[in-house]
Amino acid sequence: MPKKPEHLSDPAGAPAATAAQGLDARLVVDREAFRLDIALRAAPGEVVALLGPNGAGKTTALRALAGLAPLTAGHLRLDGADLRRTPPESRPVGVVFQDYLLFPHLTALDNVAFGPRCRGAGKAEARAQAAEWLDRMGLAEHAGARPRRLSGGQAQRVAVARALATHPRLLLLDEPLAALDARTRLEVRAQLRRHLAAFEAVAVLVTHDPLDAMVLADRLVVVEGGRIVQEGSPSDIARHPRTEYIAQLVGLNLYRGQAEGHTVRLAAGPAVSTTEDLSGPVFVAFPPGAVTLYRERPTGTSARNLWHCEVAGLETHGDQIRVELTGELALAADLTTVAAAELDLHPGAPVWAAVKAAQTHAYPA
Amino acid sequence: MTRFPRRTRRTRRIAGAGAAAAVLALSACSSSGSESSSSPEASGQDLTGTVTVFAAASLKESFTTLGERFEKEHPGTRVTFNFGGSDSLAAGINNGAPADVFAAASAKTMKLVTDEGHAAGSPGTFVRNRLEIATVPGNPHGIDALEDLTASGLKVVLCDRTVPCGAAARTALEAGGVSLTPASYEQDVKSALTKVQLKEADAAVVYRTDVKAAGDKVEGVEFPEAAEAVNDYPIARLENAPNPSAAKAFVALVKSAEGQKVLGEAGFLEP
Amino acid sequence: MTGPQAPAAGRETSRKPRAPGRGVPLALLVPALLGLAFLLVPLLALLLRAPWRDLPGQLTSPAVWEALRLSLFCATTATALSMVVGVPLAWLLARTEFPGRGLVRALVTLPLVLPPVVGGVALLLALGRNGVVGQWLDAWFGVTLPFTTTGVVLAETFVAMPFLVISVEGTLRAADPRYEEAATTLGASRFTAFRRVTLPLIAPGIAAGAVLAWARALGEFGATITFAGNFPGRTQTMPLAVYLALQNDPAAAIALSLVLLAVSIAVLAGLRDRWMRTA
Repeated sequence: MPKKPEHLSDPAGAPAATAAQGLDARLVVDREAFRLDIALRAAPGEVVALLGPNGAGKTTALRALAGLAPLTAGHLRLDGADLRRTPPESRPVGVVFQDYLLFPHLTALDNVAFGPRCRGAGKAEARAQAAEWLDRMGLAEHAGARPRRLSGGQAQRVAVARALATHPRLLLLDEPLAALDARTRLEVRAQLRRHLAAFEAVAVLVTHDPLDAMVLADRLVVVEGGRIVQEGSPSDIARHPRTEYIAQLVGLNLYRGQAEGHTVRLAAGPAVSTTEDLSGPVFVAFPPGAVTLYRERPTGTSARNLWHCEVAGLETHGDQIRVELTGELALAADLTTVAAAELDLHPGAPVWAAVKAAQTHAYPA
Repeated sequence: MTRFPRRTRRTRRIAGAGAAAAVLALSACSSSGSESSSSPEASGQDLTGTVTVFAAASLKESFTTLGERFEKEHPGTRVTFNFGGSDSLAAGINNGAPADVFAAASAKTMKLVTDEGHAAGSPGTFVRNRLEIATVPGNPHGIDALEDLTASGLKVVLCDRTVPCGAAARTALEAGGVSLTPASYEQDVKSALTKVQLKEADAAVVYRTDVKAAGDKVEGVEFPEAAEAVNDYPIARLENAPNPSAAKAFVALVKSAEGQKVLGEAGFLEP
Repeated sequence: MTGPQAPAAGRETSRKPRAPGRGVPLALLVPALLGLAFLLVPLLALLLRAPWRDLPGQLTSPAVWEALRLSLFCATTATALSMVVGVPLAWLLARTEFPGRGLVRALVTLPLVLPPVVGGVALLLALGRNGVVGQWLDAWFGVTLPFTTTGVVLAETFVAMPFLVISVEGTLRAADPRYEEAATTLGASRFTAFRRVTLPLIAPGIAAGAVLAWARALGEFGATITFAGNFPGRTQTMPLAVYLALQNDPAAAIALSLVLLAVSIAVLAGLRDRWMRTA
């Protein structure tokens, strides 16, 4: 198979029967614990994040896209070319691994030049291209350093440059920021965002950190247990989560129920008054900050949603106290430390929880 | 700070004591092996114990037979042999290897032992041996004389010069005016013979007795120059023999008519 | 506080201040010193009893240098041969799955437990003029291996290669296979990934294995004398020369031994650093 250097805007060398560009895949992979079955479509220039709990199958999907794991069934088309039978070294796919996997015996420059050299460029030409990429990453003065002398953030950027140097039509990033400390992550996330925005082909990013997903991706695909449970724009998903996992991720109380007009009868039992007028199966969500707690049953409150609960646990959450409640309805409430102290909250203490209908959000399931 | 030097010295003393104990234990083990009863000047019927005989490789078959005869005549005895190149056996004896009898394939190698004073009394020749060419059955290369060994492409092995067989071969070659470059110099005559048996070598210069012992595995070719290099085989009891009376009896057997008959049948010449 | 000082070698006390109770336990120190003594005393005896006065005369003998040259040449060639075939074999054992892999691994290490003479006999039966493979070599190509320098190299390779294979296999198992994955995503074929990524990463393991193999090959006696025979300049390596000289000229034997000892120490000490770094 001839390996010629490819440019950013050229399509992968294959007879394009269809004019379809970008990624079109249905990934079915049988693992011991579960079967992964997800459909992924992305247009060139799009950044898709695969978000989900550990063990959901996100990394498996990534490896299948890269060709490092075989597909049990399904298809994989990139810019119209069928890649299912193509070995990984012939796929126009670049991968940024979770711990970067920079070759320890090569300098940063030679690491980045590795891809172009494998694809046919001469030593000097490959090095020149690599130098350009490192310059773009702001790492020109570290070109001669070995990976062990680079900081976490620098190594991450070299890994990205190394993957981009082969001009891939699909860039895969496996938890690209997971190995960094919180402070570096902020800065690197911003830089990565810029690079991904400038990247003209498809990028698929795997992460369990919702913030990474929100900041870096155009579209989120939430995977749980090998299946897609929700996909959409970050704001869409944040406002209308459809599973407990996502709700926890974005920090919302989430319930399922049957709506009849402005009332929703929750599967858990109690009824919730909402501002929306719906019927049929719905989700109801509200943030912990919208919950007000009382020691005694309040009389003068306008909240029609009032439940008798018991404190299950308390923990600090940022500069607030998060109270976990059980009882009539299980929910989480955020209070200031002062308020929590005034209410004399301790595990087992009975409380009344109230939420204004205007602060709830109901949407069709 | 003074604790450390003292501890190291104490450690050294313990280590030294440990080493000394180990050495003592080992030497005690080795010396208990030769506890066989040695009744002095006993007649043949009273002999017991092990007799260790170091003998030239060419004596293998005949001495093994004599060993069995000895054990039958003196129940309770056991004859163990160490066959090898006479030079290496001599070196072993000089380095303290425990042995009762030494039978060498040349006076020169016996001299290595007597020079060090390790022989009891003076050695006596008990047989002589003649060289013969051993070749692959069928003699495909048509070897008739010593000169034929120099044919190009022929793989010939000799014994090393330091081994009696090799020294004799050298003498014979010189006598015949033949200049031979062998493929290999073997450590003892049996190794040389084996190479021919395995057909790795086309020919070897060994003893007549070896050709005979190999039966139809090799074919022998006699050559006249062998008469110039006949080896005298001396036999001697050793000074530090663990079993001197049995050693004496074995030497007597070798020199007796019975012993000579066995050796003669193997192809040895009379002394 | 005293400045930092290099720890003294051997049995001298270290000058670094030590926390109480942190010295070497006696139960370990005594056997260790015994072991050290056991290894060093024979070498010291060799040096003490060497006929130093006769040594120059012995060393000018061409036979000594011939045997040494042959030994070095054969050991180095055997090591090179072991690397060429041994590294791929180690890769096969470490990185691929096939039925009977455990058995193959056991067979590869067999020469380690086989008495060298038995190895020599086996080589004769396989590669000798009448051997299973050797007879075809002789019939088709006119090539015979016994009694040749090539035979020496083959005998030494037979006993030394397992050391290299084991060392490299161990290093390969410890090496992270994900680097090769990363290389394939960048466009490297499996062989290119091996050549440009794996090989540099396991180089220390290969070096350590090569040193072991070289030392083993240099000292080989039984297989060499059985398969290749003994001829000065062609197949008489140092160990053979020493053995034969020992019977009638111990002084020459000791001289040869000292030369071999000196050469071995020079090579092993020179490669010690690389060897230590892998361990």
